[in-house]
Amino acid sequence: MLPICVVLSLVYVSQGVVQTLAGTVTAGTIQGAAQTIHVGPVASQEAVKLLGTNGGGFFNANSSHPFENPTPLTDFLQVLSILAIPAGLTFMFGKMTGNMRQGVAVFAAMLILFTASVAVMYSFERAGNPNLTTAGANQVASATQTGGNTEGKEVRFGIEASTLFGSATTAASAGAVNASMSSLTPLSGGMAMLNIALGEVVFGGAGSGLYGMLVFAVLAVFIACLMVGRTPEYLGKKIGPKEMKLAMFAVLAVAASILVGSAIGVVTPAGLAARLSAGPHGLTEILYAFTSGVGNNGSAFAGLNAATRFYAVAIGVCMMLGRYLFIIPVLAIAGSMAAKKRVPPSAGTFPTDSPLFVGLLVGVVLIVGALTFFPAFALGPVLEHFLMHAGQLF
Amino acid sequence: MTDEMEMHVEAPEGSAQPRKRAGVATSRELVREAILQSFVKLNPMSLWHNPVMFIVEIGAVIVTFYVFAELVVTTDQGILFLSQIALWLWFTVLFANFAEAMAEGRGKAQADTLRQMTTDTLANVMKGDAIEQISAAKLRKGDTVVVSAGETIPGDGDVIQGIASVDESAITGESAPVIRESGGDRSAVTGGTKVLSDRIVVLITSEPGQTFLDRMITLVEGASRQKTPNEIALDILLVTLTMIFLLVTVSLEAFAMYSGQAVAVSILIALLVCLIPTTIGGLLSSIGIAGMDRLVRHNVLAMSGRAVEAAGDVNTLLLDKTGTITLGNRQAHEFLPVPGVTEAELADAAQLASISDETPEGRSIVVLAKQFGIRERHLHQNETEFIPFTALTRMSGVDWQGHRIRKGATDSVIAWVESLGGTVPPELEGLVRRVAESGGTPLVVSMDDKALGVVHLKDIVKGGIRERFDQLRAMGIRTVMITGDNPVTAAVIAKEAGVDDFLAQATPEAKMELIRKEQAQGKLVAMTGDGTNDAPALAQADVGVAMNTGTTAAKEAGNMVDLDSNPTKLIEIVEIGKQLLMTRGALTTFSIANDVAKYFAIIPALFMARYPQLGALNVMGLHSSQSAIMSAIIFNALVIVALIPLSLKGVKYRPLGAAVVLRRNLLVYGLGGIIAPFIGIKLIDVLIVALHLAR
Repeated sequence: MLPICVVLSLVYVSQGVVQTLAGTVTAGTIQGAAQTIHVGPVASQEAVKLLGTNGGGFFNANSSHPFENPTPLTDFLQVLSILAIPAGLTFMFGKMTGNMRQGVAVFAAMLILFTASVAVMYSFERAGNPNLTTAGANQVASATQTGGNTEGKEVRFGIEASTLFGSATTAASAGAVNASMSSLTPLSGGMAMLNIALGEVVFGGAGSGLYGMLVFAVLAVFIACLMVGRTPEYLGKKIGPKEMKLAMFAVLAVAASILVGSAIGVVTPAGLAARLSAGPHGLTEILYAFTSGVGNNGSAFAGLNAATRFYAVAIGVCMMLGRYLFIIPVLAIAGSMAAKKRVPPSAGTFPTDSPLFVGLLVGVVLIVGALTFFPAFALGPVLEHFLMHAGQLF
Repeated sequence: MTDEMEMHVEAPEGSAQPRKRAGVATSRELVREAILQSFVKLNPMSLWHNPVMFIVEIGAVIVTFYVFAELVVTTDQGILFLSQIALWLWFTVLFANFAEAMAEGRGKAQADTLRQMTTDTLANVMKGDAIEQISAAKLRKGDTVVVSAGETIPGDGDVIQGIASVDESAITGESAPVIRESGGDRSAVTGGTKVLSDRIVVLITSEPGQTFLDRMITLVEGASRQKTPNEIALDILLVTLTMIFLLVTVSLEAFAMYSGQAVAVSILIALLVCLIPTTIGGLLSSIGIAGMDRLVRHNVLAMSGRAVEAAGDVNTLLLDKTGTITLGNRQAHEFLPVPGVTEAELADAAQLASISDETPEGRSIVVLAKQFGIRERHLHQNETEFIPFTALTRMSGVDWQGHRIRKGATDSVIAWVESLGGTVPPELEGLVRRVAESGGTPLVVSMDDKALGVVHLKDIVKGGIRERFDQLRAMGIRTVMITGDNPVTAAVIAKEAGVDDFLAQATPEAKMELIRKEQAQGKLVAMTGDGTNDAPALAQADVGVAMNTGTTAAKEAGNMVDLDSNPTKLIEIVEIGKQLLMTRGALTTFSIANDVAKYFAIIPALFMARYPQLGALNVMGLHSSQSAIMSAIIFNALVIVALIPLSLKGVKYRPLGAAVVLRRNLLVYGLGGIIAPFIGIKLIDVLIVALHLAR
């Protein structure tokens, strides 16, 4: 990882990312005033933070700041860095299980979900906001602009690079951003939130994405094996009541942390006071804050002032519960399955490296996510979407 | 004991056909009893073992409370709406209870018939030389009883003296009487069966309350039914889903309050009940009971539900050649004497060696020998000593008038002849090979130190068995033929029958070794057996099916008993096991997939008043909030009833590969589970509007 960081840092520097130990540079503006410009070891930090799916930016504007992410090439490399290790781990998984196809299957499921997320975010950004047209803004793509909803985005990146970055950062628990999440169209922002709410399993964090997806694989296998008339097994290991209890506990922990946290947030005065917006957008702000915290994503929807005592404590507690009550059962599943005898596969065994399994895994992730968050999302992003088209903004 | 023994030559018993047991209550009585039971099961103390339904019942109680509250203070929901919601919530629980009661009812009816047999039986216990009459219920293990023609055998045991024909129809449903005799593999008798002829002395082998009949009653009744590991795992899935939906509904109230449209508790309960997996939750236990019942109807008794599930997982089937792969018994086909011996001489010796051999093969030798003009003869005990077959010597015969006549496996008889100082003519080997290569079984016959020749026993492979094995292979199950034959013979038959592998010259030890080897590779092994020497292997196998005609030891070692004593049944047992798991999986998928449509029915209904724009989610175009909520809850209840037959019958089973089965079931129960409720809820909505049941 260190050599890659060195190479990436140098590429970033070549593209114009600043890299210095000096704190500030004072420049004279055209009007003759003195301007203090903050600089620092940005390139080296960018390289390592994105590879480690950590999203903290050197500048508050994160990857939309020209010193952090100056060109389309650096933008592309940053998206790639975010996904590289979580995606690479699926191949490690294939190697460790002795069957590369097992890893490829998990990778394929993640890729399908990721591609869908990019498609959804892109198409809603492309469709734009009808109210902006009413207000006189031109949202049609032309030689001089990408078109669509460019509010809160860097013109350098346009909607394409912004939605790709937005999908990657929410899918892979990175949290770095190159556009304002809050300014996305409602359903596009909702998609970003769903990426996290699914449990950060679409590539996810380095390590956490893989084990999160494997919990869903255990659930998918449980249903699939029953339907072919066998007691459930994954990778030749039987899945009994113990593994089931642990896997379901992990799923429950994430759902409970997000839902209970947000529910408290939307009915307490302290929770409501920190909102920037009212109505469904305000609900999305609160939902996003808890979802991002529990998913260890770190990206902010913006708008909500999370630096209040209420949110510091509430999100902190939810983050702790949502993370550790997920990790502990996962470790326990690993321990329990490692101790089990391996069952050799036969024609009656349901193959977990087939396209059918990939489809089923995607289905289970979506169904569990949809069933858990549909009502909350219906009153947040979905309602906002319909109201936006009715000309109501928040 | 008589001094003389009559040689019996009789036709082998006809192959047993599974028959419907008499005395099962009619379906109308069953339904009436099940309806009664569904109300009895409302008792929270008994319902709480089914957490999903327990939650529904709590919801029903709360909504019922709101109905009465409505009488005092009216709300905008109205008494008509609230009382219908309460009613359908109660129906949901009742329907689930009904499904369970229906499944239990079938078993109970059988149990009642069986129970009548246990009462009123008197036992003639031998106390020294005296015989004392006591109630059968007071019999202890180790007692010896005398049972004469016309009497009912008072308890399970082994015949230690005599031979009798026994009517076991009460247990097996098979009306043809069976022979039970002391010694050998046909000595076990079951309490409740009736002696038809002769008189036997039985050593009781079970304590009161633990007889075969008692165990059978508890099994068919489902009284001692314990949840299997897979059922527990599925329960965990369902309970956690219920908890998640509880969180979803409770947090929805917070989001709803935020959005300025608080939802009434009764409607939240309706939403919760729609979302939690009531379909599978309500049908789970009936699926399990019905699976056991399906086995009982195939005349197989499983000692635990765990064994049934294991049957679905079996990787390797050990099948005895005889009776399973080949038609019941080998028949003597021809006598092949070595040079210098006539066919008649060989036939004569072979018949003598087979007189005490009650096996069908032995009888067929006697029958074939008759064609050489050799008739039955009387052998006097004092000059005759029968040498029974043992697994160790692998030969049997008779010492008669100073001659030692033996017949048996080639190498055993050759060794025996040589040990007496004789030499074996070189032609014998050719004869043996000729028989073996044609797939027959050679039986070498010797008199004293001379090998006389070979009896050709012919095996006939059962029709259709090859297709059966092809199906098993598609399901991923390997079949191994177990036979005492030599490897050459075994290979011919194995090829003809299409088994994957065979174990030739199988001794109980070799069988055991094979099971251990398979299990060491992580495979699950199923086998059938009847003899005492099968007992260790039956116990070692993951699914051990003992034949009812077998010894007590075999029956105790196995985890299933086949009352028809038909070894082919193993294949059906595997299918029933798979079907049980498939039904569970299919209904779970269906149940969860249903939720998508229910969301689209209820969520817009809840908030359309405050946010008419959310009406865009009302894809079914349901009439009103009230009609939408009612349609969803009614669909939810009715779908349980609609699926009761499926839960009892099991999903259609086809012997196909895993991927094909999964694709088909995902299409039917996954996709179907998503689409069906959209249609169903819409239809119910139309009906509700037509009947003016909702605003």
